[in-house]
Amino acid sequence: MPRRSQADPPWVRVVLIGGAFAVVGGLIAVPVVHVFWRAFANGPAAYFAALFNDPLTRHAIGLTLTVAPLAVALNVVFGVAAAWAIARFRFPGRALLLALIDLPFAVSPVVAGLIFVLVFGRQGFLGPWLEAAGLKVIFAVPGLVLATAFVTFPYVARELIPVLEATGQDEELAARSLGASGWQMFWRVTLPNIKWGLLYGVILCNARAMGEYGAVSVVSGRIAGETDTMPLRVEKLFQEPGRLPEAFAVASLLTVLALVTLFLKVWLERRGEAEEKR
Amino acid sequence: MSIRVEGLGKRFGDFVALADVNLSAKSGSLTALLGPSGSGKTTLLRCIAGLEAPDVGRVHYAEAEVTHVAAKSRNVGFVFQHYALFRHMTIFENVAFALRVRRRPEKVIRDRVRELLHLVRLEGLEGRRPDQLSGGQRQRIALARALAAEPAVLLLDEPFGALDAKVRQELRQWLRRLHEEVTVTTLLVTHDQEEAFEVADHVVVMNRGRVEQAGSPEDVFDHPATPFVMDFLGNVNVFHARVENGHAYVGRLPLASLHQHGAGDGPVTVYVRPHELDVSHSPEDGGSLAATVQHVHPAGAVRRVHLRALDGGLTLHVELTPERQAELGLKAGDVVFVVPRRVRVFAQDYVI
Repeated sequence: MPRRSQADPPWVRVVLIGGAFAVVGGLIAVPVVHVFWRAFANGPAAYFAALFNDPLTRHAIGLTLTVAPLAVALNVVFGVAAAWAIARFRFPGRALLLALIDLPFAVSPVVAGLIFVLVFGRQGFLGPWLEAAGLKVIFAVPGLVLATAFVTFPYVARELIPVLEATGQDEELAARSLGASGWQMFWRVTLPNIKWGLLYGVILCNARAMGEYGAVSVVSGRIAGETDTMPLRVEKLFQEPGRLPEAFAVASLLTVLALVTLFLKVWLERRGEAEEKR
Repeated sequence: MSIRVEGLGKRFGDFVALADVNLSAKSGSLTALLGPSGSGKTTLLRCIAGLEAPDVGRVHYAEAEVTHVAAKSRNVGFVFQHYALFRHMTIFENVAFALRVRRRPEKVIRDRVRELLHLVRLEGLEGRRPDQLSGGQRQRIALARALAAEPAVLLLDEPFGALDAKVRQELRQWLRRLHEEVTVTTLLVTHDQEEAFEVADHVVVMNRGRVEQAGSPEDVFDHPATPFVMDFLGNVNVFHARVENGHAYVGRLPLASLHQHGAGDGPVTVYVRPHELDVSHSPEDGGSLAATVQHVHPAGAVRRVHLRALDGGLTLHVELTPERQAELGLKAGDVVFVVPRRVRVFAQDYVI
């Protein structure tokens, strides 16, 4: 019987699938399991003590849970607006805008952090003006939010542009012709059509925002109890002698947040597909 | 409410979509904008709806100028080729949309939606979603939705273009009846001349951003004003002829007498529809063209005959009634004389 071209010999499949499992297992599964194993090495009581007894660690957890949602909120507003502009209008500079939206993917987060220090820092471009106005951006929460928002900027916009393009403009024009104002059109027609894409973008954006290290480490000044976020706290505890269990406890909490994100993402994808099939 | 358009112009970059378009539609009339794709008919419709802003010119609804009035305030009903129903809303909410954004009371909305679904004969589908409906049903819902707020004008952009032939045929007749029931001033964009002539009481033929001709369907069909209209409205034989002493010649062969057309000597283009050509076994005095029969299509309500002129090799299309063909008994190879019963002449330099 002639072999069909798509039926590869069994050994090819075994090698490819086995290789994939080996790499994913070695690079991802084992370290993740290891984090939890080390975190819970001394039992649950010690685990929760490591997480919540040190006020500096408590503050870091609180700060991450503040900065990430703020950065996500900023990116939802800017991302929706930018995606809308790019998907709906043809204007000079559109390709440039599209490229700039992708820039944070390409730029190293550390460089991004430096950019913010150079613009908003005391010696920076806007520094004297900010100081005169009594505003502190660098080494403070606003700087953390800005740097995090910069690094995670593409997630929402990138997710929405193809969704908006696939949905097309007809429904929106129909809404306008039926007497809807711009806001009515947005809330009643546009938003319901992009809600799954938007949620998906928000979840990815949030995961990245909570885990951000490089940019935040530059703009924060790493002041314990003030500008240390969870990733920064993990690194500090890791470097301090005798605090390794605490480092693993905080790391495990970050990992849990990541896993929750992952499950939400999978659930959303299923949900979106089901909606499309209906 | 009547619609009047004056000197409308619109460009997209280098492309001229509309060039000095004038149009008027009487209150309660159904006007078809007919033309090939790219002729500007959809752009014109969108300018009238306020979905597109013209570069120059004015749009009036009755006596009021609306050129710079936003689409949402013009009170138009617009129906899109691909329905553009709100996919995440039920049929009820789709039809209710115009009333919801106007914040009408719930009871008024419910009564009006029921009335409209009755009008489009789709009662009982309130709870469905657009993707659970057939194309024809979707377009009827789109029409109900457009009519919900009692629009001053109804604008239809190729409304049946995405439907199959049989459904299209049914919906045309249905639209005609619906228009008699609600008598709202309606503009219909179409590239299908049959659709335009069947549905509309006024036809505007467009080409390259300009109005070629406007008039009643009979007017436009029987008295095409330009070669484009003649050509667009069906098959036509085109003769590049030369006039000498009131007779048109194709090559050396006399084609027709043009005395009553008052054509002066010189080159002309003569247009004759296939059913306006007759065939005879002997030459006629008024003018006839010697030709060889190439092929006779045997079936159909008319007999289509292809001939080749003896001089110059021009191909001719003739449509004969089956009775006439029975009389003549044409077959391939016969040498016959083609007699135009009716000709239209456009001076040569007029042809594009």
